[in-house]
Amino acid sequence: MTKWDFTGGTRSAMFEDPHVIESEAKPSRDGSGSPERSWIASAAPRNEGVRHASSVPTFPFSAIVGQDEMRQALLIAAVDPSVGGVLVFGDRGTGKSTAIRALAALLPKMRTVAGCPYACDPDSPAQACPHCATHPRPKKAVEIPVPVVDLPLGATEDRVVGALDLERALSLGEKAFEPGLLARANRGFLYIDEVNLLEDHLVDLLLDVAASGVNTVEREGLSLRHPAKFVLVGSGNPEEGELRPQLLDRFGLACEVTTPTEIKTRIEVVRRRDAFERDPEGFCEAHAKAEKATQKRITRARERLGAVAVPDAALESATRLCLALGTDGLRGELTLMRTARALAALDGDRAVTDDHIKRIAPSALRHRLRRNPLDESGSTARVARAVAEVFST
Amino acid sequence: MSGWLDALRVAALLAADPHGCGGVVLRARAGPVRERWLDLLRSALPAGTPLRRMPASIADDRLLGGLDLAATLRAGRPVSQSGLLAEADGGIVVVPMAERLSPGTVARLCAALDTGSISLERDGLQGRQPARFGLVLLDEGADDEAVAEALADRLAFQVDLSAMGLRDVEKELGEPNYEGRGSPGPCGEELTDPIATFCAAAADLGISSLRGPLLAVRVARLAARLDEREILAEADVIEAARLVLAPRATRLSEQDMPTETHEQRPEPEKAASEPTEAPPPEGEGDDAAPPTNLDELVLQAARAAIPLNLLAQLLAGGPRLRDGKAGRMGASSGAPRTGRPIGSRPGDPRRGRLDLIATLRAAAPWQQMRRRDQDGTNEHQPRRIIVLPSDIRIKTLRQRTETTTIFCVDASGSAALERLAETKGAVELLLAESYVRRDRVALVVFRGAGAEVMLPPTRSLPRAKRLLAGLPGGGGTPLAAGVDAAATLALSIRRAGGSPVIVLLTDGRANVARSGEGGRARAGEEALAAGRALKVLGLRTLLIDTGARPNGARRLADVAEARYVPLPYADAGAMSAAVRAAIA
Repeated sequence: MTKWDFTGGTRSAMFEDPHVIESEAKPSRDGSGSPERSWIASAAPRNEGVRHASSVPTFPFSAIVGQDEMRQALLIAAVDPSVGGVLVFGDRGTGKSTAIRALAALLPKMRTVAGCPYACDPDSPAQACPHCATHPRPKKAVEIPVPVVDLPLGATEDRVVGALDLERALSLGEKAFEPGLLARANRGFLYIDEVNLLEDHLVDLLLDVAASGVNTVEREGLSLRHPAKFVLVGSGNPEEGELRPQLLDRFGLACEVTTPTEIKTRIEVVRRRDAFERDPEGFCEAHAKAEKATQKRITRARERLGAVAVPDAALESATRLCLALGTDGLRGELTLMRTARALAALDGDRAVTDDHIKRIAPSALRHRLRRNPLDESGSTARVARAVAEVFST
Repeated sequence: MSGWLDALRVAALLAADPHGCGGVVLRARAGPVRERWLDLLRSALPAGTPLRRMPASIADDRLLGGLDLAATLRAGRPVSQSGLLAEADGGIVVVPMAERLSPGTVARLCAALDTGSISLERDGLQGRQPARFGLVLLDEGADDEAVAEALADRLAFQVDLSAMGLRDVEKELGEPNYEGRGSPGPCGEELTDPIATFCAAAADLGISSLRGPLLAVRVARLAARLDEREILAEADVIEAARLVLAPRATRLSEQDMPTETHEQRPEPEKAASEPTEAPPPEGEGDDAAPPTNLDELVLQAARAAIPLNLLAQLLAGGPRLRDGKAGRMGASSGAPRTGRPIGSRPGDPRRGRLDLIATLRAAAPWQQMRRRDQDGTNEHQPRRIIVLPSDIRIKTLRQRTETTTIFCVDASGSAALERLAETKGAVELLLAESYVRRDRVALVVFRGAGAEVMLPPTRSLPRAKRLLAGLPGGGGTPLAAGVDAAATLALSIRRAGGSPVIVLLTDGRANVARSGEGGRARAGEEALAAGRALKVLGLRTLLIDTGARPNGARRLADVAEARYVPLPYADAGAMSAAVRAAIA
């Protein structure tokens, strides 16, 4: 019988606790024989990331046909993680998951402290995480791919926030913290498919952590804090249950994806998908150049981001737009400004213009509108109307 | 073309590449025909291929994998076990009563189908296992129940054996050759553009999801591979269209349906004629595509293969209306599996969440004694904690039961028309804030000769809006029928584990009896009887008296033991406030 493998090896490496390493450097197998199947991920050290675990190449980001709004939103989140999460809502079979998994393969690598389970930045203060606070930092930093962590359905809370190390608790009676998915997603992306099916308390928790960038663990007698700065990416289908408004508002961008209706686009989508399935390596190679170009665009945009100016005129446009739509609070304006700036950086522009704001307004604002029972039109149409009004004068 | 032969072909294709095909929705009652099909599928699979049966109510630890508790306790360190999906890697998972899968299970299956693997983050375990399986969803549902659309969309085939008897099957057993496939057609050259053909056919049949044509391409290639051909032949394309596209049709193509709804696809004419003008594919068939009649052939084949019952539905009223949700949720729920932990109790962790700390706490006092009992056997591991099954505690969870507010609205006469508008507003206001409380809203309207459930229990504001927008008013007041309809709905909600609240908006002046005949006296009596039934059934009711005269509906409220609120000039805000107060 196949047994699940453990993070035993991983964990030991993370904690560098001498006596634990001695006894448990190898994942435990309970003497029931070697597993019959090869493992994909679990034995890989944390810093290798989950996505490299699978040998199957992912569909290249640059090969996605259409879905411009979703791609734009994801690129913006990659350039400026502080814009908040991205919510992708739409029909079945529109490549939501494909796009987000594809983004993972695209992102440039990042420098981290070797051996740190939270993948701390070597330039961050040493007190940043429980690991770095107690362990001297190795001189050499390592480069790892940006983590894109999948939150699978059925995940239990202990694995999300991290919990008491079960193995050590049961076998040694020791109290040790085992970091969870939030720790692994630090400085990267956390992806939740079918976010509307996730239990409410988990969604609350995720949004809290995503907003504060810190995961506070107070459970099972453990008490600690560790950094957990990540971009939350959620996808879902509104027909299968709505997300409550409080949660909606906390995502930076929200895109709607629809099945393309134009026959040419549809043929192209199916054709590319078919080509990819028949020869994944060849397909990726054919798009390698475009992928490189997109990666370069992200890198350049990140460098340029700080220098992009936000003129008063653009600020005023943003404010007028939010006023016209009656969005609550300042979050709308803030997100609109930040995302417009990231968009300008992606475009290679020096300053934010009305054009950037117009292009990003639907994604940045459509989920912040007050529900108006008397207005039958959808929120996308309302944003479009407001954009037309504000920018016509 | 016989349905059974098609079913056999599906079994052969599915057995050849379970994961590539995704699987099949097999609509059939439990019985010998279905068993025979499953037997044939089993025999078509290569030896050693796993075939697992999955109960629709499976728990996560068996579905995805998790901690093997017995082994863990024996070993003193976490021992994991594979879930059913991982065990079925490379093979087939058969799901009986698939129409009853919970949305959560559906989503897990979808994720596994999409990624071909299971990723596990449970009980302190973490890992990833391959799970490239195909699904056989056995759908025994009655007409109103169907397999979740999200799942059916990912499976290539839909086979309907419900109208087939064993005799039909046996008649055809004599001729095992599958003759549906004609000759493979002109061989040796790649077809001009099968993908464009599939897309055009899909567009023509009103199939909006792209998975339809995608799966059709895959099946066509698979069919060619089964014949040991490298390239697609006409027959493969036609067959794939028949097997994959036809059951997905949401409408008949233009020729058959002159009264076309143009909502779904704005340019049907263009779509039907355009595929041949599609840009030439990058690698294959560079020369300009000559006008081929393959498109027409494929479409014809697909059209001819639309199952009869579906055809009838399509002819009757355009696209099918299918609920996005799976079966009936919660109908069989015992103790809640989700919610906030409020304590722990002894129990089997397979039926709940293990409370580790409580378990250790329960085991702690006995350690000395147990160690003495086990003297000698465990000396080399003196620090191990001995946990016995009786120590195991699971978390008890409390889940707020979902409240469904049933608005039962008097839509009779001209005065009530205003009421109706207010009620619409109140329903929408309540819905807008209902997510927080996990509440749902339903609407029953009575007018003219009878009552009708206009809005089945829903949490979806867009859906409610759509239905409310076209709500008619006027006619007599069949109060008894309205109360009856609301009570029936309330009871079905209660059976499903929810808690219903009825909000009755009326002036209490009934003038239509249950039979649909006029007559104030009899209608009034019947209304009171219906009200008494509410009391007997113990249904929580709020009566909002919308009449201009005071206390018009008081008697009804009294016999029903309903809370009585006179609101002659209610606006949507006041009404939703009153309802909220009643629910709380």
